[in-house]
Amino acid sequence: MLKIDNLHVRVAGREILKGLSLEAKAGEVHAIMGPNGAGKSTLGNVLAGREGYEVTAGTVEFEGQNLLELAPEERAAAGVFLAFQYPVEIPGVNNTYFLRAALNAQRRQRGEAELDSMQFLKKVREKLAVLHLKDELLHRAVNEGFSGGEKKRNEIFQLALLEPKLAILDETDSGLDIDAMKLVADGVNAMRDPARSFLVITHYQRLLDYIVPDVVHVLAEGRIVESGDRTLAHELEAHGYGWVAGRHAPAGAA
Amino acid sequence: MATERIQMESELRDRLRAPATGNEAVEAALSRRYDAGFVTDIESDSLPPGLDEGTVRAISARKHEPEWMTEWRLKAYRHWLTMTPPHWAKLRIGPIDFQAISYYSAPKGPKYKSLDEVPRELIETYDKLGVPLHERAKLAGVAVDAVFDSVSVGTTFQKELAAKGIVFCSMSEAVKSHPELVKKYLGTVVPQGDNYFAALNSAVFSDGSFVFIPKGVRCPMELSTYFRINAGHTGQFERTLIIAEEGASVSYLEGCTAPMRDENQLHAAVVELVALDDASIKYSTVQNWYPGDENGVGGIYNFVTKRGECRGPRSRIVWTQVETGSAITWKYPSCVLRGDDSAGEFHSVALTHHCQQADTGTKMIHIGRNTKSKIVSKGISAGRGQNTYRGLVKIEKGAEGARNHTQCDSLLIGKRCGAHTFPYIEVKNPGAIVEHEATTSKISEDQMFYCRSRGIGEEDAVSMIVDGFCKQVFRELPMEFAVEAKKLLEVSLEGAVG
Repeated sequence: MLKIDNLHVRVAGREILKGLSLEAKAGEVHAIMGPNGAGKSTLGNVLAGREGYEVTAGTVEFEGQNLLELAPEERAAAGVFLAFQYPVEIPGVNNTYFLRAALNAQRRQRGEAELDSMQFLKKVREKLAVLHLKDELLHRAVNEGFSGGEKKRNEIFQLALLEPKLAILDETDSGLDIDAMKLVADGVNAMRDPARSFLVITHYQRLLDYIVPDVVHVLAEGRIVESGDRTLAHELEAHGYGWVAGRHAPAGAA
Repeated sequence: MATERIQMESELRDRLRAPATGNEAVEAALSRRYDAGFVTDIESDSLPPGLDEGTVRAISARKHEPEWMTEWRLKAYRHWLTMTPPHWAKLRIGPIDFQAISYYSAPKGPKYKSLDEVPRELIETYDKLGVPLHERAKLAGVAVDAVFDSVSVGTTFQKELAAKGIVFCSMSEAVKSHPELVKKYLGTVVPQGDNYFAALNSAVFSDGSFVFIPKGVRCPMELSTYFRINAGHTGQFERTLIIAEEGASVSYLEGCTAPMRDENQLHAAVVELVALDDASIKYSTVQNWYPGDENGVGGIYNFVTKRGECRGPRSRIVWTQVETGSAITWKYPSCVLRGDDSAGEFHSVALTHHCQQADTGTKMIHIGRNTKSKIVSKGISAGRGQNTYRGLVKIEKGAEGARNHTQCDSLLIGKRCGAHTFPYIEVKNPGAIVEHEATTSKISEDQMFYCRSRGIGEEDAVSMIVDGFCKQVFRELPMEFAVEAKKLLEVSLEGAVG
């Protein structure tokens, strides 16, 4: 599904990712943990194609194609989805309208027929039911005046509706209380599928109690420094990131 | 961040410009641009360029006007000679040579007595503009007065309207058929000497629409005038007068287009609205005059005086405008709230792209007690466009309990455009409540990336964000116009990303 090899990325002239490698197979959930400033969000942004992130070395293959040469909308159509850490408000644009425009734009790019209003609405209802969401968010403008929890749930709803092959969750748990986090986790779990992979970027182990990962990676200093099963997340919780950094001190450092 | 943004913008620009990208949709869209830019090949009877008393008399003579009308024009002309063009607007305007303009141009031949006599070329012109005039295809529920250069070529649904006592005809016709109404109301809201362009219009106005809704009648359909400039080196000076008597109501729409030419053509209109007791007038404009090319060559100079008077108590006037065209727009549709409990509203979307300049806004003059006004202005600037909101809220001494709410938002697309806001507030009654809210925003990199990461392409993302920004105003437009306005903004913004 996704193969990242030796990825180096500069942002505003500063190297943030310094040789990151990672491979995720279809159906796997990979958690990416790490301290602040390790490059977690950079990874999400670079995979989704945000401008201003300069790839200086390395490759990213997504289903056999070079992901880095695609425009963000092409990546979306190819099946990459980024759930934003800070979802953006688009005043005056109805949430339902936005979602339909997005879904149909993707379908167009894939050469599939667009959904008409009725077909779309049917799909929306199905997904709402699966996620146990009320439809109130649909009638409002995209993220406008949403609470933190509502914004994150809206991201998960988009994820459900767009049905990507690879979903990247960028600190989706940040700023959520425990109930909201459970709701988000339930949504994600409902979306788990043998054909779909997840990269769950998070700061805390807590989210991984609800979204149980297949693999846990520790990202520090722009690199994956340790990978393991879910017990790694618990060890991190117990010992802190300093523990990993101590075990994997970069060459030349004390 | 700033450097990233520049880099992003230049990349986007390059992508949009370079045909090598093979993005045919974008290429096609860019070359589409101004759909209404064609010229109708029809012989016209035009006055030679130049302006003096003889010109004024010649216009009046061509229209077979009565003596009093000719004198009214001459009075305005003489006053105009004493005036100088206004320079207070935030506009850069080259000198206008008033002697180089032809003040009258009309399709040749006798005046058409009915729509059946209108030549095929003209019917086709309006068909092409999406305003069919002939019986079969008439717009359902919309009566249209079609003004071509200096004359009205036809008005639909006249009979049906007349049955309710409604007069909807060209101004020239009204001068002859309803002189008492014209004499009673013309120039009472915008006096002949009101301002430089209004005085010029009063002297040389050619045609426009006249609407009279008698006491207690709700007009059963939308009335609309479609203004088309066709001939070169001409100006269009239309005059519109709408009167709603006690308890009457009407919704009126106005659309405008012109061919693409590399000269600047002058359009100086005057619109007067009179609402008597409990009457309501809703006036909507979708202005799409030729804006000039991307280097600022050509385009219409749009100097318009629009004013409505809520003369009677509880009367209401609502202006809604979507201004996407013209090289220069100078326009302040205003409300004089004379009647107690009367209300005025102004909803505006003004877009400037490439080298367009707009200085537009409104004046709300509160005279009566408990008068209310609401202003919603949305300015969008792209390319090197300059967009100015200029508004006056004036509360006179006797306007006990007056209220105003103003919301003024600007949206910037790109780095070379400008948005300016000049709100003037004069309050002479201490009990008045006046509120002003203003925002300026950019289509942010975050919004663009958010849309794109969901699969929506750049151009569509911009249209969507702009449409959302204008939503509040579009809601005020009649349905078909709202759709049209949205499309117009999309076309006008093509190539604006970056």
